[in-house]
Amino acid sequence: MEQKKETLLEIHDLSISFRMYHQGLEQKELQVISDLYLTIYPGEIVAVAGSSGSGKSLLASAILGLLPGNATVHGHLHYQGQELTPERQRRLRGREIALVPQSVAYLDPLMKIGPQTDGHEKSRSPERRRQLFARFGLPEETEGLYPFQLSGGMARRVLVSTALLTDARLVIADEPTPGMSLDQALEALGMFREMADEGRAVILITHDIDLAFEFADRVAVFYGGTTVETAPASDFKKGPEALRHPYSKALWSALPQNGFHPIPGFQPYPGDLPEGCLFAPRCPLKTAECTAAVPPVQEIRGGEVRCYHGT
Amino acid sequence: MKGSLGRLARIFLTYSIKMTTLLLAVSVISFALVSESPVDPVQQYILGLGTAVSPEQREQIEDYWGVDEPPAERYIHWLSELLQGNLGESLLYRRPVADIIGERFLNSLALMLCAWVLSGGIGFTLGCIMGMYQGQWPDKILKRICYIISSVPTFWLGLVLLLVFSVWLGWFPIGFSSPVGVLEEEVTIWQRLYHLILPAFTLSLLSFVNIALHTRQKLADVLNSEYVLFARARGEGPWTILRRHGLRNILLPAVTLQFASFAELFGGSVLAENVFSYPGLGSAVSAAGLNSDVPLLLGITLFSTLFVCVGNMIANLLYGIIDPQIQEVSL
Repeated sequence: MEQKKETLLEIHDLSISFRMYHQGLEQKELQVISDLYLTIYPGEIVAVAGSSGSGKSLLASAILGLLPGNATVHGHLHYQGQELTPERQRRLRGREIALVPQSVAYLDPLMKIGPQTDGHEKSRSPERRRQLFARFGLPEETEGLYPFQLSGGMARRVLVSTALLTDARLVIADEPTPGMSLDQALEALGMFREMADEGRAVILITHDIDLAFEFADRVAVFYGGTTVETAPASDFKKGPEALRHPYSKALWSALPQNGFHPIPGFQPYPGDLPEGCLFAPRCPLKTAECTAAVPPVQEIRGGEVRCYHGT
Repeated sequence: MKGSLGRLARIFLTYSIKMTTLLLAVSVISFALVSESPVDPVQQYILGLGTAVSPEQREQIEDYWGVDEPPAERYIHWLSELLQGNLGESLLYRRPVADIIGERFLNSLALMLCAWVLSGGIGFTLGCIMGMYQGQWPDKILKRICYIISSVPTFWLGLVLLLVFSVWLGWFPIGFSSPVGVLEEEVTIWQRLYHLILPAFTLSLLSFVNIALHTRQKLADVLNSEYVLFARARGEGPWTILRRHGLRNILLPAVTLQFASFAELFGGSVLAENVFSYPGLGSAVSAAGLNSDVPLLLGITLFSTLFVCVGNMIANLLYGIIDPQIQEVSL
């Protein structure tokens, strides 16, 4: 991968914990994201893969500064080289950084789709939205409908449109494709690709791993709230030998087309995280040092991996 | 359009049936209660005559009133008169009950409408402020005020207001709906409004707290929703969110509650009208109760049932107009 100097978004050692009431009035800090790293360069699509509960959606909220009040964030978030402070997040969201949320629940149930898609900024003309809807195969009368009248796939296309209508330099798409037909999903991802080629960037949080590999430049694999590996998407097409982390290899083998081989065990729950490497309890390569301390991030063959035994 | 007209007609018809049965039930129950009560309308009637009556005359009167008939027969007799529009004659005022209700109701309606608009406006505004500043000092202060007002009895609050504003400060009249010593025809609308302010304000205190606290909770729910989270992600500020999403989503429950408060309003008007000696239905019903004026009591009972029912029906119809989800589904 060619190394670009200017990063768009840099995340280092990000940890997020929630203050919860444990038993009675006893408070407890619940660590949900630990030592997460992710770097986004302009012009690329980074797919974030990982099972449910691996902290994918929380990452989006953290970047936008939309975590609930009981969350504590540690670590570094840099956008275009400058620290992403809450004040800056407020200024950037919706303008520089756009979100494609997960489901129809993110649309105001009592507002018609047209004005809702256009957003609160009056300067936007409905013309661009109509063109976009046409490209997505959304019928013209969609703009007069209410969210509850949309099918799941229509709602996703509307949600994707909201982000495409902005001039955001960074789009965070949280599961944008489920419910769409293959054609529509390809269309949506194709538009993300176009955005990226214009020099913008997309974080694609997804379960549709195959599609993600097709359109993304790099893939970040999350496990238990941390990044275990980031690798060029092409490595995921080559197979487990090209990957670095044992979890990435396991994830690859668990895909239906690659044999559907599960590994025993389950992802650790927040509040019950193991010492050292989070994957150690399930790892075939586990040694004493894995459980002693969290492995540092190493660069191997153009990818980054958090493992003592990365190959 | 034709479809929605038909739908409205259908809703209207269903409501009419429901309302008729409810009115029938209320008439049976209240008639039975009055028959079983120690109230003696004959005695009351004779007292009202102001002259002594011989036992024979008394018997004649009892015969005329049908005292010896079984209650069911009396009920049917009363109901058939009622259906012909005859509510009977008030023992207390010596005038047809329908006339009294009509006249008193206009006064009460003015009072209740003022109180209703005031309480809706104040309640909704305060609710929005509390919701927007949830957990911060404006919310805390307003919430305490709401709790205090809602735990204070209305009549007491009315007395305090009367004491402060009418007796000490002299800003408002002590009572009645028009100045004393002025002919009915000469009373101006301003004088009427002037007499209305204090009782209306007292009455509105009764229900605005309810609406304020309810609106606050609804707004808090809306602000915690996923669609507001997305609105924030799109760069909308708190007031834009209130304007674009908040009002839209809390208006429906607030309107429903506002129309459902007709019953409370009616109950409250009895107290407020008594405190301010305001000649409305509320003071008439307590006078009728205290003086065993059975025809007036029954008449007002039925009328207030109708009034509250209409309020609820309006709320239900508005539901369909405001909420597109209900509208589309029922089409």
